[in-house]
Amino acid sequence: MTLTAFQGSLELGIIYAILALGVFLSFRSLNMPDLTVDSGFTLGAAVSIITSVSGHPFLGLLLAFIAGCGAGCVTALLHTKLKIQPLLAGILTMLGLYSINLKVMGGKANIPLLNKPTVYSFIEGLIPGNYARLIFDSIILLVILFLFYLFLKTRLGFVLRATGDNDQMVRSQGVNTDFIILIGMALSNGLVSLSGALIAQEQSFVDVSMGIGMVVIGLASVIIGEAIFGVKTLFRRLLAVVLGSILYRLIIAVALELGMPPTDLKLVSAVIVAIALSTPVVKSSYPTLKRKYQSRGLSKKRVS
Amino acid sequence: MLKIESMSKTFAKGSINEKRALQNVSLSLREGEFVTVIGGNGAGKSTLFNGIAGVFLIDEGRIFIDSDDVTFDPEYKRSRLIGRVFQDPLKGTAFDMTIEENLAIALAKGEALSLRPGLRKKDSRLLQERLELLDMGLENRMKQKVGLLSGGQRQALTLLMAAIVKPKLLLLDEHTAALDPGIAKKVMSLTQKIVSEENLCTLMITHNMKASLEYGTRTIMMHEGRIIMDLQGEERKNMTIDKLVEQFEKRSGSAMDNDRMLLG
Repeated sequence: MTLTAFQGSLELGIIYAILALGVFLSFRSLNMPDLTVDSGFTLGAAVSIITSVSGHPFLGLLLAFIAGCGAGCVTALLHTKLKIQPLLAGILTMLGLYSINLKVMGGKANIPLLNKPTVYSFIEGLIPGNYARLIFDSIILLVILFLFYLFLKTRLGFVLRATGDNDQMVRSQGVNTDFIILIGMALSNGLVSLSGALIAQEQSFVDVSMGIGMVVIGLASVIIGEAIFGVKTLFRRLLAVVLGSILYRLIIAVALELGMPPTDLKLVSAVIVAIALSTPVVKSSYPTLKRKYQSRGLSKKRVS
Repeated sequence: MLKIESMSKTFAKGSINEKRALQNVSLSLREGEFVTVIGGNGAGKSTLFNGIAGVFLIDEGRIFIDSDDVTFDPEYKRSRLIGRVFQDPLKGTAFDMTIEENLAIALAKGEALSLRPGLRKKDSRLLQERLELLDMGLENRMKQKVGLLSGGQRQALTLLMAAIVKPKLLLLDEHTAALDPGIAKKVMSLTQKIVSEENLCTLMITHNMKASLEYGTRTIMMHEGRIIMDLQGEERKNMTIDKLVEQFEKRSGSAMDNDRMLLG
């Protein structure tokens, strides 16, 4: 892999790590797989590009985060107030958002950002050299990682993590779990949208279908990270998610370099996640299968 | 402390599975009273508890805790007045969080949610002292995840969490039934210690007739959604298991067919 390709993957991995942290919050901390992500990512991208078109790229990032929080709230309310299953609630929001995203984009399926300032053009003016983007992305990620970690260590964060573990316990400790789910889903999707906003400005482009499969990419990062870098302490878990995201991007880059057609990307992502999710089951049933196989071998011998 | 006025609850109303789980139950508990609740399967003991705790809203009647009308309060709001320990040891704690993190959540019960640190240094010392009371060595394992504890240890921890902020009412739903006899005894003596030290108003469901007389200051017996016996004072002191069975059969009009209630 060339250095440029490596650096590109690193940059993408860092931006997608923000998405992965969002997915971690819903999938792991709240124990609710959330499909809002796919459209929430595009929502962030659309908001950020539209705001950048009118000349305010930094404001675009903030608005994208807020819009994502709103999308998360919708899913949370569908689940907690109307008692719709979390998966279905996410699917409904995702579907509805698709139309909203098109509205945000003024009815067009894609918008390029031509000759307009982005946060990246601003930073490149500030820091000379080839590493401006990498430095900027890293700083944003580190700040988010730090704040996220601190948040999970607050009283609210404690209760949020406990809600994913055992919501009954949280209610019997006097806390409204519906409210906790609302906060958690809002923050989760806020991060997802922020990630989409950064990607869009990085590419100077938004496409209405750019979010398809993002939830799977987020899950892949979380699972790969946890499997390779461990889950011992909370900080290590968060770090694992970030490293998982970067590693995933590198894997994809290598696969593309080895000649995998880009159209196969989504299939490969899905397979990676399926394998990762099923590993515990396969691992635990392996000894039984082995015994079964061996005892069959023995009984056959006895017959002959 | 607790006052229930003619509480009724019917499940699956109007369907073929309709079940009148509670029928016109009234009950009043004084401060510091420790009441044991016995009755066969389907007698309405757990429904009574869940009704008080607000897991569902009752169909008729009123519930007062410490003269506050909580009849229409959601579960989480009532929980600020109530401490609960469930039969299933998994239900009372968050398994993926450490012992001290679990306790810290309980210690802040009733406090508004905020972005202050979940576990403060001064809390840590207090929690350690409380854990020493359990005499299970948990004070040296405060940074371990609760998922690593045995059922008995988790139940003892849940008990501590239920009482760490003094509740107006403590609800124990057969909290030792799922434990080994040895550890069950330990959790039971711990229960008695905490209840008497804090002078807690307590309702404890048990399947065990012997335990129902051995612990507490008052015993009520339920059958088919009603309270059919309320034992206290001298009458309770002179009660034996044999007489209790006799009374049960007389008052319920049915034979005692539940081995679990007699044995154990």
